[in-house]
Amino acid sequence: MRAEHTLFRRNTPTESAIMRFDNVGLRYGQESEILRDISLTLAPSSFHFLTGDSGAGKSSLLSLMYLARRPTRGRIEMFGIDATRMSHTMLPRIRRRIGVVFQDFRLLDHLTTLDNVALPLRVAGIKEAEIARHVPELLNWVGLGSALKIKPPFLSGGEKQRIAIARAVINRPDLLLADEPTGNVDDRIAQRLMHLFIELNRLGTTIVIATHNEPLIRRFGFPRLHLQDGGLTVLGAMPPNEPSTEANP
Amino acid sequence: MLRRRSDLPFDHDTTTAFLPAMIAMMVFLATLALSGALVLDNLLSRWNRDIKGTLTVQIIPEDSDPRAKRATQRIEKTIRILEETPGVIRARALLPQELAALIEPWLGSTDLIADLPLPQLIDVTISETQPPNLTALSARLKKAVPGASVDDHRIWLARVISLADGLEMLAKAVMTLVTLAAAAAVIFATRAGLAIHRQSIEILHLVGARDGYIGRQYALRALWLGGQGAIIGFGLAIPVLLGLGTMAKTLEGGLLAEIGFSSAHWMILATVPMTAALLAMAAAFLTVLKTLSRML
Repeated sequence: MRAEHTLFRRNTPTESAIMRFDNVGLRYGQESEILRDISLTLAPSSFHFLTGDSGAGKSSLLSLMYLARRPTRGRIEMFGIDATRMSHTMLPRIRRRIGVVFQDFRLLDHLTTLDNVALPLRVAGIKEAEIARHVPELLNWVGLGSALKIKPPFLSGGEKQRIAIARAVINRPDLLLADEPTGNVDDRIAQRLMHLFIELNRLGTTIVIATHNEPLIRRFGFPRLHLQDGGLTVLGAMPPNEPSTEANP
Repeated sequence: MLRRRSDLPFDHDTTTAFLPAMIAMMVFLATLALSGALVLDNLLSRWNRDIKGTLTVQIIPEDSDPRAKRATQRIEKTIRILEETPGVIRARALLPQELAALIEPWLGSTDLIADLPLPQLIDVTISETQPPNLTALSARLKKAVPGASVDDHRIWLARVISLADGLEMLAKAVMTLVTLAAAAAVIFATRAGLAIHRQSIEILHLVGARDGYIGRQYALRALWLGGQGAIIGFGLAIPVLLGLGTMAKTLEGGLLAEIGFSSAHWMILATVPMTAALLAMAAAFLTVLKTLSRML
């Protein structure tokens, strides 16, 4: 039960696939499709990097995954439910199982660090006593224990990024989607955050991280979902010392 | 409680700055309109209660006859006819001092009244369920007692009631318009607020907030602002009503003597600000739900 939240509780998703895309296409307005014929299945507890050139559609693909938009065509299934025909009232229930780290953080500037991270718990109706116990614990873990009462405008980019990550993982999502989550932090913090993701993944969270950071991709060796010309290819892990075959920005 | 932490940056929201003043004006007008309706309703029921089941027979004095004896004969004859008429329960001639008391508010308490050729009045109680045929009674009295006429209060009252009904409807129409205007102001402010906070709302949606969760935040905000305005508007209306009540009490005469408010009236009036605040809350909540249902 989510009210018994702890930072490192094991997830036990029951679905055979966390997410399934079937010939999905996406276009904005009358423009040509930015994503074409995307077919993809993410198994529970899988870990993927999402790669591709700038403008390849990584953020668009992620937005389909976190149900911020509907595809122009094709079918998306989330946790065994048809997301393309999901009712408006059903969306919150699915979204509470998804944690998202946005490239631009999307924090609420008028809320403190603690309140920003507590947001997913509050909307889920978790008691304040639980929130007061777990949120500082997680913020300590990401090195922001001294910034609980500080609002985002007074924090650095790296600190904001860690708040965004803490907010995404605080309710132990079944699926974590992160858009360049280590883009604004130094190597030491990046390593620490990656270990947080790996720990979450080990405990059952399915993870997709969009990144351009090739050393990071090589170091952690997870399979890649590569976007090119609107299409998606599933590639294996990038060997630690092999030169990249994909175009980088 | 109402000003608890909000997930939306309402404190920097200028779209709702006018709401308290707007609601204050609306509550002020609605309180005055409702108090007008209450006063009219009160007066009408009192008039109705006072003269329902009664009528008056008036006998004009005749100058040529020896006054006292002849007048007494005419009164007795009239009462006899009245008592014989089916539907008449009781007939009683008003005493000279009762007549004097009736016109005292206009002419004052002087000996002059005693010398005036006042008409004789007979107070008649009639059956409410089986009233007499007033046309026939009037004709019979006129024939038997020259100068006698039936004064049916209902004719006079019907005209007054018609006027009062019109005024009461006007007061209710004002209240309805004021309510609609207040609701429209809240809906407009809420829609503007939703547009301004769209990005924050998207974030709340993405972390799993239901529309009701967001709606409650807007509703509490509207209750807080509407409540402020409602208290101010009602606070301004109270001295106006008290002033009007005091002015009405200085008027002498049967029609306006009891225009003041009872404690029950004040309790009814006190529902105006409460209703306004709750209306603001409900309008904001429903507006949010309707608007957000179109978002993904």
